[in-house]
Amino acid sequence: MDRDAVSAAVIETRGLTKRFRGGQLAVDSLDLSVPAGSVFGFLGPNGSGKTTTIRMLMGLIAPTSGTAALLGHPVPRAARSVLPQVGALIEGPALYGFLSGRDNLIRYDSADPAADPRTRRARVAAALDRVGLTAAGGKKAKAYSLGMKQRLGLASALLQPRRLLVLDEPTNGLDPQGMREIRSLVRELAADGTTVFLSSHLLDEIEQVCTHAAVMSRGRLVVQGPVTELAAGARGRLVVTTPDTAQAARVLKEHGVADLTVARERVTGELPPGDVEPADLNAALVRADVRVRSFGVERASLEDAFVALTGEGFDVAG
Amino acid sequence: MSRAETTVRREDGARGPGALWTLGLLRSELTLTFRRWRTLALLAVLAAVPVLIGIAVKIETSDGSPVGGGGAEGGGPAFLTQITNNGLFLVFAALAATLPVFLPMAVGVVAGDAVAGEANAGTLRYLLVAPAGRTRLLFAKYASTLVFCLVATLVVAVSALATGALLFPLGEVTTISGTRIGFGEGLLRAVLIAAVVAASLIGLAAIGLFVSTLTHSGVAAMATTVGLLITVQILDTIPQLSVIHPYLFPHYWLSFADLLRQPVYWDEVLDNLTLQAVYAAVFGSAAWARFTTKDITA
Repeated sequence: MDRDAVSAAVIETRGLTKRFRGGQLAVDSLDLSVPAGSVFGFLGPNGSGKTTTIRMLMGLIAPTSGTAALLGHPVPRAARSVLPQVGALIEGPALYGFLSGRDNLIRYDSADPAADPRTRRARVAAALDRVGLTAAGGKKAKAYSLGMKQRLGLASALLQPRRLLVLDEPTNGLDPQGMREIRSLVRELAADGTTVFLSSHLLDEIEQVCTHAAVMSRGRLVVQGPVTELAAGARGRLVVTTPDTAQAARVLKEHGVADLTVARERVTGELPPGDVEPADLNAALVRADVRVRSFGVERASLEDAFVALTGEGFDVAG
Repeated sequence: MSRAETTVRREDGARGPGALWTLGLLRSELTLTFRRWRTLALLAVLAAVPVLIGIAVKIETSDGSPVGGGGAEGGGPAFLTQITNNGLFLVFAALAATLPVFLPMAVGVVAGDAVAGEANAGTLRYLLVAPAGRTRLLFAKYASTLVFCLVATLVVAVSALATGALLFPLGEVTTISGTRIGFGEGLLRAVLIAAVVAASLIGLAAIGLFVSTLTHSGVAAMATTVGLLITVQILDTIPQLSVIHPYLFPHYWLSFADLLRQPVYWDEVLDNLTLQAVYAAVFGSAAWARFTTKDITA
């Protein structure tokens, strides 16, 4: 029974709450469940409590009430035995500027009680290689660009084989090429069976790599589940391109399409509820002598789902 | 729940980070401390003090006149008058000159920055999720600060000995009591004095570490520690406050001169060491209580 619970959820919180001394409620009874093997996107506007949640999970902040478990063990109580199996990048990298990239990793590795000093050099070299910093490993970290610092931070999360990676905004400061590399790295790690918990403000990024997602707003969990289900929550929009926009809009309205907008040669609207076959709508348009240039349903993006759920723009501070 | 707890405990035992790992963390701390330019600059300043004293004494006495003119024996551990006769006395003079200000300031900088500096740079959160363990990290920080106390004192002593040997003759040592002891025993006393001077800084190191756990700014922690040091030293000179003097950590600092008596007068030296131990225990516990329960938001 216990074993099953452990393998099912890598991160599990129950009523996790943090009220800061000022009285501000940063996280409000959070019930989060991150399934093993998932790439879990953690979304929310700035100030919605994502980072506070991550800090509580990593034992940096004590919860006001509620419990959190990592890999089946309670944190912060079992942090000593659990955290060596967790790699983390929290609110950007932090480095010793006067040390080389390699020495920074050696420093962090020697802080890990589970790290074997005998294999330290080899593991540091492997981690540098994995993020493409082998050539810059001997350079002082203060000379690194933001992107290089970010890579070094990732390398420190990859010093050991991990069961869980917690990555807070991992592509921050990276150029598009670097972002792509990180995404493929995340996929690679996930394919090896590592669960990846990823917070990001880039929704399309989450959509590209994540299997599951949770959305936070004002310290509360709004929704969590598989990405496909979340996106399906917001229905797709019908898009018709035609020179006869007025006629098309009239016909679509007759067939129950709501929220119609006409822009240039493009008519879009919300598909009516119930089982409406889009092909029937197309046939109706053609029967009414509307010259249809293109016809289709635009899949709802996670952003649509997000806005529908939080009722606000993404970058609004909660 | 109880089952989960026992599992965790067993894993802890099996993994057993043990002494070896603590040493690894301590070594990492020491490397970090002594690779900072700031630390090296502090040590360079400390090494320069005896050289300056030595040169000043040499120049002043080059015409054969005695140093200062006053400097009655036993009237304060200045030791300056003895330097021209015996270079070994430059060690005592340099330690007496640096102990009230330079040495504790250097220790205040290193101790104050210990935790706050890491918090300020954000590296603290990565050490803690590594996971270094808060108690162990604090212990390693304190231990490396104490090593710095010892190294800083030795830098002054060795620099003074080298300068003294270069500029002045070495030989038998006249103790404060007026008797003479051989150079070998004099050197032994010098080592003992250096050890006592280093130990005199234990209390301040604990205060600095405690202050360091209170803030996210390394500079603020350093300034507070050094400010406290100056305040306490001022309090120590106000006669109306003589009631509290025996409890102030710098009060017995200069008692190390008693080690140059024959026979050695231990009372105040032991008072000093006891006082330092009490300060270390009180402020060490305070630092631990603060650091292990603190929310790390930096």
